[in-house]
Amino acid sequence: MTNAKQPLTRRVREIMIRKLFAFFAFLSVLLLGLIVLFLFREGLPLFKQISVSQFLFGSAWYPTYDPPEYGIWPLIVGSLIVTMFACLIAVPFGILSAIYISEIAPARIKEILKSVIELLAGLPSVVLGFFGMVIVAPWLQETFDLPTGLNIVNASLMLAVMAIPTISSISEDALYAVPREFKEAAYALGATKYETIVKVAIPAAFSGISTAVILGMARAIGETMVVLMVAGGAAAIPRGIFDSVRPMTASIAAEMGEAPFQSGHYHALFATGIVLFLITLAFNLIADHISTKYREEGSGTL
Amino acid sequence: MKWRYFRQGLFFGMVRLSALIITLVLLGIIAFLFYNGIRAVTWDFLTLPPTDSMTKGGIMPAIVGTLYLTVGAIVVALPLGVVSAIYLTEYAKQGRFMRIIRIGVNCLAGVPSVVFGLFGLGFFVVFLKFGSSILAGALTLGILILPTIIGAAEEALKAVPQTFREASLALGVSKWRTISRIVLPSALPGILTGAILGVGRAAGETAPIMFTAAAFFTAALPKSIFDEVMALPYHIYVLATAGTHIEQTRPLQYGTALVLIALVLGIDLFAIIMRSRVRRKKRW
Repeated sequence: MTNAKQPLTRRVREIMIRKLFAFFAFLSVLLLGLIVLFLFREGLPLFKQISVSQFLFGSAWYPTYDPPEYGIWPLIVGSLIVTMFACLIAVPFGILSAIYISEIAPARIKEILKSVIELLAGLPSVVLGFFGMVIVAPWLQETFDLPTGLNIVNASLMLAVMAIPTISSISEDALYAVPREFKEAAYALGATKYETIVKVAIPAAFSGISTAVILGMARAIGETMVVLMVAGGAAAIPRGIFDSVRPMTASIAAEMGEAPFQSGHYHALFATGIVLFLITLAFNLIADHISTKYREEGSGTL
Repeated sequence: MKWRYFRQGLFFGMVRLSALIITLVLLGIIAFLFYNGIRAVTWDFLTLPPTDSMTKGGIMPAIVGTLYLTVGAIVVALPLGVVSAIYLTEYAKQGRFMRIIRIGVNCLAGVPSVVFGLFGLGFFVVFLKFGSSILAGALTLGILILPTIIGAAEEALKAVPQTFREASLALGVSKWRTISRIVLPSALPGILTGAILGVGRAAGETAPIMFTAAAFFTAALPKSIFDEVMALPYHIYVLATAGTHIEQTRPLQYGTALVLIALVLGIDLFAIIMRSRVRRKKRW
């Protein structure tokens, strides 16, 4: 069957369809470009007023004062701190649960747990934020005798709940993809199941697990409603884990409604969006790089 | 020898415990919201608008608003997502073009939801002059769930056996006909499952609609796609954080949260069950 034998109209139609579909598939890339374009369009005017380093490393965020100050360093620190603590909790839970699902659990429990993880991923962030406000905050306040329960610890706990499903499901895919022969070889050498998992399965799935952790961090740093509702909102460098912070996402979400259109404050919030976008983009590109580079984990590679 | 098995037992214990804790966290959150919210959820709560400056009454406009926004989002994202997935699985050859699209989709999936909100504000609301409206919100949410839909549709298309395509092509059927008559119908249940998961995602998102569609309070239901709407997630946020009656409206907050998670988790659960049925029923 050669193309030459096909009627001309049919060939033309086939080519048109292919081109059309290619365009629509390319639309995702165009949309990403459009996002960048409009973030910069609305964010860059800020840098007519202040320099990039004043913006990034300035330690005062007083956008409504006169004269206003647009230093987002405290917001960046806030984002990084809650993300780091959230990952300290979410990484072990995510990886251990992935190990349980892919290596140990019986088929029935495996099905149920996978659904649990998926439902947890589906919990709306505003609901988690609400839960953090009405349950975790009063509990923290009473237990540790604090002025407020809306702080780094609370935000990190709630963010961890959001990051666990990402880390767990991607790690599980990676563990599942480890060839059977690897594990069988380990068993044949007399390794216990524990030794097989820790010394064979995890190293073989390491690139996938790293991807999972990076994407989990990206998820946590970009999460908005949870930190908006439970991080406390103080735009200052925190001195302890029970201090309030104001991560970048929270600042954007809380202030955009009140920032006058096309004002310095408005541009500053878009510029904060650029910083946030670039950070998560970097995380995603690193994850993408790792997962493509190490994809060929066949029997031939070890 | 004993140490090796002791260590294994210890490790397995930890692994089981972490799985158990995760399950308990999910069940705990659901049970807690159910216990506190169920008293607030009455027929009137679901069918009446808020009254007395949102301290009494129901959440009907928010339910309707969320419905409009999610339906709009899926109308935008489903065709685009399916067409993209068809291109990626059926037409594209490994190479730079495909690699760029792949990276684009992955990065789009990783864009924080609040950045989608900023984009929606800058592009749809301001630049295209849609104003804060259902249209702007639905388009923003549609772009947000596009990568989810593409991923699910790709997976469904890849699961259709290669022999189906070969048999059809061998009969002299054109590539497009093969895709539209053979491949797509076989992949349809899987694609729909992905679409439903996308709906669940869109229904629960707050940050993307805060600046593009959501209103604090509307007296009437929207009349056109250029109207602002109330939405369930935003309503929870507003009641729980703004205003002077936060303690007084607690029952309303619990009720709204319960309605939202019932909606979102109900949609997700439906999709999960449907997917496992589709997988079991496969004829090939």
